[in-house]
Amino acid sequence: MNAGFVLTKLLRCAATLFLALTFVFVVLRLSGDPVERMLPDDTPPEVQERYREMWGLDRSLPEQFVGYLRSVVTGDLGFSFRDGREATEVVMERVPATLTLASLALALMLGVGIPAGIFAALNKDTWLDRVTMGATVLGYSVPNFFLGILLIMLFSMTLRWLPSSGSGSWQHLVMPVVTYGTAYAGTVARFTRSSMLEVLGQPFMRTAWAKGVRWRARVLGHALPNAAIPLVTVMGIRIGAMIGGATVIETVFGYPGVGSLLVNSVAQRDLAVVQVIVLLIAFTMVIVNLCVDLAYTLLDPRVAALEARGGAK
Amino acid sequence: MTMVATAAPRMARLRGALFGRWSKTPLAVGLCLAWLGLIAFVAIFADVIAPYGFAEQSLLDRLKPPVFLGGTWDHVLGTDGLGRDVLSRLFFAIQTSLVIALVGTLIGAVVGTLIGFVAAHFRGLVDDIVMVFVDFQASVPFFIVALAILAFFGNSFELFLAIVGLYGWETYARLTRGLVLSANAKGYAGAIRTLGVHPARIYVRHVLPNILSILVVQVTLNFPEIILLETSLSFLGLGVQPPDTSLGLTLGAGRNYLATAWWIGIPAGCAIFLTTLSISILGDWIRDLLDPSHATEENAAAHP
Repeated sequence: MNAGFVLTKLLRCAATLFLALTFVFVVLRLSGDPVERMLPDDTPPEVQERYREMWGLDRSLPEQFVGYLRSVVTGDLGFSFRDGREATEVVMERVPATLTLASLALALMLGVGIPAGIFAALNKDTWLDRVTMGATVLGYSVPNFFLGILLIMLFSMTLRWLPSSGSGSWQHLVMPVVTYGTAYAGTVARFTRSSMLEVLGQPFMRTAWAKGVRWRARVLGHALPNAAIPLVTVMGIRIGAMIGGATVIETVFGYPGVGSLLVNSVAQRDLAVVQVIVLLIAFTMVIVNLCVDLAYTLLDPRVAALEARGGAK
Repeated sequence: MTMVATAAPRMARLRGALFGRWSKTPLAVGLCLAWLGLIAFVAIFADVIAPYGFAEQSLLDRLKPPVFLGGTWDHVLGTDGLGRDVLSRLFFAIQTSLVIALVGTLIGAVVGTLIGFVAAHFRGLVDDIVMVFVDFQASVPFFIVALAILAFFGNSFELFLAIVGLYGWETYARLTRGLVLSANAKGYAGAIRTLGVHPARIYVRHVLPNILSILVVQVTLNFPEIILLETSLSFLGLGVQPPDTSLGLTLGAGRNYLATAWWIGIPAGCAIFLTTLSISILGDWIRDLLDPSHATEENAAAHP
């Protein structure tokens, strides 16, 4: 990995982050007077005036933008009008719950999806392949809110095994994690299968076979690392869809994470909280994309060499 | 010309597979086509075939079960909490959801493709600016952007349709840009250009037909996602607003009656599931027909 490549990536991240900040600023200002929208209707005019001053709305747009950037950096992003606490605080206390859910779901989807994809690729064009791939189509076609409702009907209402909503114990996590994992395990399995097939047809696999490398070592040592490169990229692209999906799943199961907070805040138009969440997600996405970019330069040194020559765009 | 040699046999193969050799069409694909046909029929003729109006209430007939659970033939799929006929509501919900998904797909595909052509034609600064926005759109989850816009501007049907229409524009733009750049470098485009043909005419008459099959594949990938976007937002109560109805909204409203009257929401959920499933299976099959080596292409696209 060379410095120029990393620098390019960092610059791109900074550009994306800046665009995200600008997007929030522009949309918020375009949609009208934010103070009027963020405060309840019965707020006395002098309080509104003070808020306008605090937000710097009496100044020119460029000045406002600079002030806005400053407040983002210092983390001073206004107050939730529902309980009057700082918006950042309201959001941050929800983060651990979402991270727990997301990491368990990620483990499930990789733990199921990658073996399923390898299995299907090794049994290509047999009925085993078709059944596995059929299951993945079912997995990614079923809307996650519908799957969640079906699970609630079966396990909470009929069998009474699991609680239908809330959090606090491992039982509360089972259904959200399964719903979340199912939706994306299908995608992972399909991409694992197609990239494994690609690699299995390469000459170096035949060489390894001819050298007498054992089957296990061929699949896990030679094929999988090469197949992992496109898989990592696809995961990076899919993370965005997963974050969107998390908001729906958290809402279905009444799970107190960032996603359900976002949906509630949008419904009640608690704009300060929405703004913090959107910025948090944009920031997360930029970091994730950076990690993905760096991950495949580690997996495949050719990528860094290509980018350093300016060959990839 | 190259386009005749590449595009025509593919389309002929597709046409042959669709109409010529029913015996060779897999059963699953036939079922998917039948389901999509049924859905399209219901969407077009909802006003005619629905036994009741979509807002017609009958407070004496609230929460009646469907006919197979001891209900009457008056309300085949039962009634909801306001005594509205579930089957009729389902028909109108299918109509709304399908119209939104079709219009949304069309807007996204046309706008995205156009932007891709513009970027590939002008290159340079225009191209760079377009690509920065494409990167931005691709790196921030669209669902979150949609939620933010709905939060800041409030909900209206036109705005909602515009948001759904925006979905996926960056994929089309990126795809078209790449395809046009490579088409421009090929002999046939250069040959026509030396004849003095206007660029717009080259793009519409010669380049577009060549890249159309790849764009069609993208539409089959995009369409189920748009249905899921609309139904998810409506399910959360942030999309289509009552008294209008959509599949997601119906399922969301039925959530409150899961224990007592599950038939309000579940049919709508099944309709969404079967539709996205059918399009996915059909899309897979069309992709295999158009390009048997699409597994390779998926990898190439995923590689930076």
